[in-house]
Amino acid sequence: MKKSSSRVFKTYVLNIVIIAAIFIALQLMITNGVFNSYTSGLVVQIFINMILTLSLNVATGFLGELCLGHAGFMAIGAYTTALLTINSGLPVMIMFPLGLIAGMIISGIIGFLVGVPALRLKGDYLAIITLAFGEMISILLRTFKFTGGALGLNGIPRVTSFAYSYWCFIISLVLIITFMFSRHGRAILSIREDEIASEATGVNTFKYKMIAFVMSAMFAGLAGGLFAHFQGNLAPEKFNYNYSIDIMVMVVFGGMGSVSGSIVSAIILTLLPELLRGFSEFRMLVYAIMLIVLMIFRPEGMFGRKEVTYRVFRRFLKRNKQNKPVS
Amino acid sequence: MLLSVDSINVYYGRIHAVRDISFEVAKGEVVTLIGANGAGKTTILQTISGILQPKSGTIKYEGVEIQNKPAYKILQSGLAQVPEGRRIFTNLTVRENLEMGAYTRHDKEGITEDLKKSFSRFPRLEERRNQHAGTLSGGEQQMLAIARALMSKPKLLLLDEPSMGLSPLLVQEIFRIIRDVNEDGTTVLLVEQNAQLALSVADRGYVLETGKVIMSGGAKTLLVDERIKAAYLGGEA
Repeated sequence: MKKSSSRVFKTYVLNIVIIAAIFIALQLMITNGVFNSYTSGLVVQIFINMILTLSLNVATGFLGELCLGHAGFMAIGAYTTALLTINSGLPVMIMFPLGLIAGMIISGIIGFLVGVPALRLKGDYLAIITLAFGEMISILLRTFKFTGGALGLNGIPRVTSFAYSYWCFIISLVLIITFMFSRHGRAILSIREDEIASEATGVNTFKYKMIAFVMSAMFAGLAGGLFAHFQGNLAPEKFNYNYSIDIMVMVVFGGMGSVSGSIVSAIILTLLPELLRGFSEFRMLVYAIMLIVLMIFRPEGMFGRKEVTYRVFRRFLKRNKQNKPVS
Repeated sequence: MLLSVDSINVYYGRIHAVRDISFEVAKGEVVTLIGANGAGKTTILQTISGILQPKSGTIKYEGVEIQNKPAYKILQSGLAQVPEGRRIFTNLTVRENLEMGAYTRHDKEGITEDLKKSFSRFPRLEERRNQHAGTLSGGEQQMLAIARALMSKPKLLLLDEPSMGLSPLLVQEIFRIIRDVNEDGTTVLLVEQNAQLALSVADRGYVLETGKVIMSGGAKTLLVDERIKAAYLGGEA
């Protein structure tokens, strides 16, 4: 029953090697010009979208609450980080990471404040409250002077490099995975499965709903901070209802409650609109049709709730070995 | 007394579901609350386990008032509920369901031991330990719900309609298990519509009607009581 510690150790080493190899490979392609600046921009966008999708998956996939205001949390992170790097006077290279952390914290605090009333409600009601929250943020950003009003913020230093987006993604991924596959993660899953039963087994359901919700908001804030310094400008309209839906689509497409699904779907759905540019004006139509087709044939999303793990690979290899003599 | 409920009143909005109900459960007993639909049985259990709050009255468990405590704290003090309709986690495996039952415990070795114990008590669950719980049959799900509640090592087990939707043979099996659990030292509070069966395993019983206790006494006395027979046991009136 106990996993041998040497295997656990091997898995750790393998993980680190793979993470480093992907980083080096992508970084080399970017510096050597295999990727042009358009493509490398797309790579950064993919990693930002992966953080976003993962973060929403915590609240919607794992906890099972439909949140339609995720762009609002992203906006809070984006504006917090950008305002700090622009106004602090510190060198950008020092202020940027601090700003990202500040963005996460502020998003988390707002998430908590929204969560106190919202998490007492369920399903449709919670969806409506989060929807209203997202719209409110977008309107407030347009009204306030210090956020630049309707013009938004311009001249944000564009310091989100590939390395930044990649390592922020890895940190988010590791934190979310370790949390979700721990005892606490199991408690959150049990709330999604059946809240009364979860309470009957001794889970403090309100506390865990709050933890999942705040976590979700914090990582959305991180993605926002990266996004702000990737774009170089922020407009309040960007973070409206449509954007929240876009993120939700990525989560549903990948599979609610699947980390692997979120990653793959963020890659596909970021690339797809770009790859479909050949269809010019029919681009969004084709995109929508593809989504409908997927939902008809795989309503649980690409991965459902499954994960791609080493165990799956090992089993797959074993099966192939067994099949060989037969074929 | 392990549990004493003293004139509790529970409302759903304006509906007065439980009226001034009092009863007691002593250590080691099997006590049953019987009554027809809408008598307030489930409401009482949910109030004890902290999912609902009474408007007035007290519930004492081991001498401590628990009526205002949240459900997860009540469970930690050794009172576990098998909810009506089983409510297992259908997308988790049988094993994961049992592990969730031990959620409040931290003694790893004890949990592993109890996991073994519940598999020896429910061999069917062991065969299916890596299956999703949703794929189990109704009887197996009920067993899993009981096994899950036992994983928290309760002193008092609250069972809500364990016979619901099961074939007569399986109902017998479930009630054999209930007796077995009681003999191992767990006190049981059983809520049932099947009065005859409930009274046959219980030491004492309380008969409820529209939110009130209308009769109480030893299980054997209630089993032969003419009025009970007429109302619940299908005897001649």
